Parts: sequence; C-alpha cells; structure tokens
Amino acid sequence: MSAWILVPAVFASLLALGWAGRLAGQKATGNAPTYRDMPLAVAFGYAFALALVVAGVWLYLQPATLDGAPRASVIFWRWAVHFLAASAVAAFVFRLAGRHIGTEGTKKAFRNMPLTAAFGILVVLIYALTAIFAGWIAPHGQSQVFATANVVPGGNAALGGNPEFPLGTDQIGRDILSRLIYGAQNTVGIAFATTLLAFFLGGTLGFLAATLQGWVDQVLSRLVDVLMAIPSLIFSLLLITVASAWVSGAGLTAAMVVIIAVIDSTRVFRLSRAVGMNIVVMDYIEAAKLRGEGLTYLIFREILPNATAPLLAEFGLRFCFVFLTISALSFLGLGIQPPLADWGTMVKDLSAFINYAAFAPQIASAPLLAAGAIALLTVAVNFVVDWMLQRSSGLKE
Amino acid sequence: MHPVLKIILQRLALGLLTLFIVSIVIFTAVNMLPGDFAQAILGQSATPEAVAAIRRDLGLDQPYVVRYFGWLTDMLQGNLGISYAQLNFQSNMGGQNLKTVADQIAPRFANTMFLAGVAAVIAVPFAVTLGVLAALYRNSAFDKAVNVGTLTSISSPEFFLAYILVLFLAVLNPLLPSIANIYQGISLADRLTATLLPALTLTLVVTAHMMRMTRAAIINLLASPYIEMARLKGVSPFRIIVKHALPNAWAPIINVIALNLAYLITGVVVVEVVFNYPGIGQLFVDAVKNRDIPVVQACCLIFAAAYILLNLAADILSMLANPRLRHPK
Repeated sequence: MSAWILVPAVFASLLALGWAGRLAGQKATGNAPTYRDMPLAVAFGYAFALALVVAGVWLYLQPATLDGAPRASVIFWRWAVHFLAASAVAAFVFRLAGRHIGTEGTKKAFRNMPLTAAFGILVVLIYALTAIFAGWIAPHGQSQVFATANVVPGGNAALGGNPEFPLGTDQIGRDILSRLIYGAQNTVGIAFATTLLAFFLGGTLGFLAATLQGWVDQVLSRLVDVLMAIPSLIFSLLLITVASAWVSGAGLTAAMVVIIAVIDSTRVFRLSRAVGMNIVVMDYIEAAKLRGEGLTYLIFREILPNATAPLLAEFGLRFCFVFLTISALSFLGLGIQPPLADWGTMVKDLSAFINYAAFAPQIASAPLLAAGAIALLTVAVNFVVDWMLQRSSGLKE
Repeated sequence: MHPVLKIILQRLALGLLTLFIVSIVIFTAVNMLPGDFAQAILGQSATPEAVAAIRRDLGLDQPYVVRYFGWLTDMLQGNLGISYAQLNFQSNMGGQNLKTVADQIAPRFANTMFLAGVAAVIAVPFAVTLGVLAALYRNSAFDKAVNVGTLTSISSPEFFLAYILVLFLAVLNPLLPSIANIYQGISLADRLTATLLPALTLTLVVTAHMMRMTRAAIINLLASPYIEMARLKGVSPFRIIVKHALPNAWAPIINVIALNLAYLITGVVVVEVVFNYPGIGQLFVDAVKNRDIPVVQACCLIFAAAYILLNLAADILSMLANPRLRHPK
C-alpha cells in the first residue's frame, strides 16, 4: 500500500524541485531565455534526471556488505557502473588510437565517429579475435568434465572457489570461462555461416529474379510471400521438428543452419530483388547484354559490385537477427546441440543460479554473463550499422 | 460500393488465401515426417496388419489431397485431433477421458491472449508517449538516452531482458513472482500479479520499435509547410505535435503497433518458457521436443493465423486512418 503514497509523493517533490530550480535559474541569470521559456515539464525532466544521478551515486557509495552479508543490489550496481565506465574509456582510447594509426582513409573515418560506433567496432573486433583464437585462449576444453562440479566463481577458496576455474564450473563440472570463450566460436561462427548462406541463397535468387523477370520472378516472389506469411520462429520450430525425425546431435545443428538460412533468405531476396531491379535498367547492363555476356557474369560482375553498399548494411542487421534467433532456439533446447558450448544453451542450463543472487551475487553472474555476451554483440553491431547508415545517407535527423 | 469497403474486402480475401496456402505448407511439412499416426498409436512393435487397419479406419490410406481437405474441415470445426502424449498416457494408465488437442489448447490460448493483452495495454501508450516526447525534445540528452536505451532493448535477446527483470524485481527485491503460477479459478488480481513480469519483458521487447517508428513518423512530418505555418503563428511545440503532426502520423504508427502485436505473438514463446507461463507458446515448445505432431500442427496454424490477421489489421487500420482514402473525391 505504501507504494500508492510513495510514488505520488516522489512525483510531487520532483515537480516542486523542478519549479524551484527554474525559479532559481531565472533569478540567478536575470531571466535568461533558457530559464524564462522553460516549460514546467522540462524542468521536471531535469529534476528527475538529477534525482536519478543522485540515487545512482548514493547506491554506488553504499558499503558492499551489511553485517557480514553481501548486499547484492550494491554489488550488481557497481559492476554495471564499472562496466559502463570501462567501455566508455576503452571506446575513447580506441577512437583516439584510430585517429593516429592506420591509413589516411581509416584515420578520416575515425575523425568524426560517434563514441557508440567506436565502441561497436571495438566489441566486434574483440569478439572476432576471441572466436578465431578460442582454442588458444580458453584454459580448458569446451566439453571437458572435471570432478569438481558447482565451483563458485571468484576463485576464492574460502568461499568454495578454485583459482583454476575463475568463473567456476557448472552443474556437471565444466569450466564456465572456457565454455564462454568457445561459445564465441560456436554461437557467433554458426550465426555468421548461417547469414552467409542466407545471403548467398537470397542474393542469388533475388538478382536472378531481377535479371530474368517474367515467370521466374513471379514464381520466386509468390513463394517468398508465402514463406514470409508464417512467423519465422514458429516456422523454424516446425521444420526443426520435422528434421529431428531424421537427424540428431551435430546433424540437427546443421539442419537448423539450413532451415534458418532458407527462412531468412526470403528477407534478403526481397531486398536484393528491389536493389537489382534498379540496377538492371542501367545502360551498362544493356551494353553487357549486347556484348553477349552470360547470366553468371551479369549477376556477379555487373549487378553485385553495384549492390554491395545496401547489402552490407543489411548483412549487419540480418546477422543480428539470425544470431538472436539461433540463441533463442538454443535457449529452448532446439538449436545448437551439446557437446558444443553455446551461449543460449548456457543461459538455460545456468538460469537456476539467478535465484541465489540475493546472498551470493557472483553465482548469479554466470547465466547473466552468457546472456549479456549475446546482447553485447548485437548492440555493438547495431551501433556500427546505425552509424554506417547515417553516414551513407547523410541523415541529420 | 464505397471504395474503402472494396479495398478492405480485397484485403480480407487475400488474407484468407494466404491462410489457405499457409495451411497447405504446414500440412505438407508435417507429412514429410516418416511414420504416421497409426504407427505412433501402436508403438514400435505393431504388426503391419494392425497398422494398416488403423490407417484404413482413420482414412490415412486416402490420397494426399483428400486427407488435406479432411484435416482442413476438421480444423475449421475446431476438431484439432488427439495429442500423441495423451494417447501414450491413456494406453499406459488405461484412462477413459481422453483430452483432445482443442481441450489442451483452449485454456492456454486464453492465457496467452491475456499475457499479450496486458503487454499491449502497457506497451502501446508507453511507446507512443516516449515517441512523442523524443520527437518534441529531439537531439537533446533525453532523446539520445532514449535512443541508446531502445537500441539496447531491441538488440537484447528476450531471455536476457527477462532474467534482468527477474533479478531486480523478483530476486533482489521480491516484488513479483518469478514463476507465473496460473491455476483454474485464480482471481484477477493474482492473475495480474503473476502475469506482470512476463508482460513487462514483452513490453521492453516491443516498445523500442514502436517508439522509434512514432518518433520517425512525427519528425518526418515536422518538415512539412503546414507545420512551419503553425510554428510561425506561434503555436507551442507540444500543441504542434499533438494537434497538427500526430493526426497525420497515425497511419504509420497504427501500422507499426499492429505489426508489433504480431511480433508479440511469436515473442511469447521464449518469454513463456522463461517464466513457466502456462500459455500456448510453452505447449508448442514442449510438443516440438516430444515430436507431438497434432499439437505442433495446431499451434503452428494458430500462430500463423494470428500473425496473418494482425498483419491484415495493420493494413486495414492504416488505410482507415488515412483521411484521403476515407473521403475520396
């Protein structure tokens, strides 16, 4: 019941604070236009933001333990603040380095790059390196089972940790850190391969439809219309059910890759057909046709090079989408199959640990790290694509 | 006939046609499976004669097209068949009252609709308000914060958002239950409390897209001459947006709202699994894992129908919101 009194009280006091702040600003600056024309709602917004900042700083400065017990909210809040601060500094340093190192072209690109885009590029680079060198970085194998199960993260032996497993082990004794690192290779690698396949399929068919037109275009377009009328997650689940009757384990993972690539290629088909339609009416295509060039030459040497820019931005977005779909399927237990380590499956397997967050925050961090790894990469790719789109279209708004 | 009515009827016919073709696709996909109902009912050790007898009884020896239309008329009459899991249960326990797929789906369908409804009731006003505010104070710190926040929530997988909410609202501050316990005869208040956390997760998922589209639709209009005119005659910025820009922006906004509700229908699958919410999405995932074909087929058709209907609604509503189409010359 107290919430019914607390919320209006906080609202009223923030409103009063905003009003008083505006009045103080008017008096102090001799009625400067900024304060004179400020609506009360905006003043309230400033008061609200101020209250948020004060509350955040207050929570950060609270002691992390109370009577010997850890205070989980404070610890989680500190981790979040440290992570945000570290990523801001890293992105800033990375952008600074980019402005001074490299060729003229890259230096120029870094010069007016927003911090979010620099952060995105940095994260994508780190993920790519982790994925490629996972075998060297990871301290243990991805499906190596140790006798010590349920080791607590942190490596503090007094709390049940083990320095050999910095992030602990899962229920059956596999090292969580190694599985997170191998997850980059498996989850990101499989999503990347799926996106490539989807682009190869959708792009080829889309350009084919644009070049040949007529009945080929009609048949392909109507087929794509039908496939797009079924929600993609539902359709892929249906097809995976069918596939699971024949294959299991690694075979099911491969079947999932093909299924998602086919379903996703419908979206690529739409775009590449639309882009291709604009290109095939150009004079140089007519010239190539008159020269007697074949269909393959037309598609891959004439149309494709001129369609790279829009397809590249689409590739980033499609990758995010495929990556999220595969993670969701793995989370449901129907995507990437064990023994391959993968983030979606890890979240599902470790999710029960979240319930211990109140008295042992570090235990709860394991499933959140796996889920956060997925979120971080998609956020980073979205930041980069956002910046690329804004740069290529010159949009100001 | 009124031209709008004509377009709407055309769209409806097109929607029905799509649904028909989609049902063919689903039926074909399921019929690619090795083995059939007769084998599933009798198990591995069935004699070929017994299998053939049951096939004949159930009409599984009929040609493909005949079977398809039989299945379609059954579906239209709400006769969704009997799930394999129930059949196994019956043969093991010797029980008499067999639950049909329709019996299983009906209460869960109601639960899912309730969840999606609660999510929509929270998300739509929230997203439109945020979008209007972001358009009003565009390029300010508020706009940038909202932009980064929505981009993050669009990019995050549903289960990440769900577990973050569980962490803060159920585990660290025990305000809401982390498992949606919904039973028969639950009171509305308890039901709302149990549904709130899944609904909040879905809200986070769909708000971002709706808010960005609202903002973009309004900002698009702000460059038009009649807005310039209103600004020059001294109308306040808030009034310009609410009175002048918003009425013309409704068409794209309604469109994106309906599309996001269609997205909600598929988004419920993961969220229901996270919160153990007894809805149709969870049933679907369980059926996929157990390869319970009649349930998979029925759920798939329901999801596809809801998706097509909402897309249709998006089309029709955005047409109705366009005054130029409503009042033709």
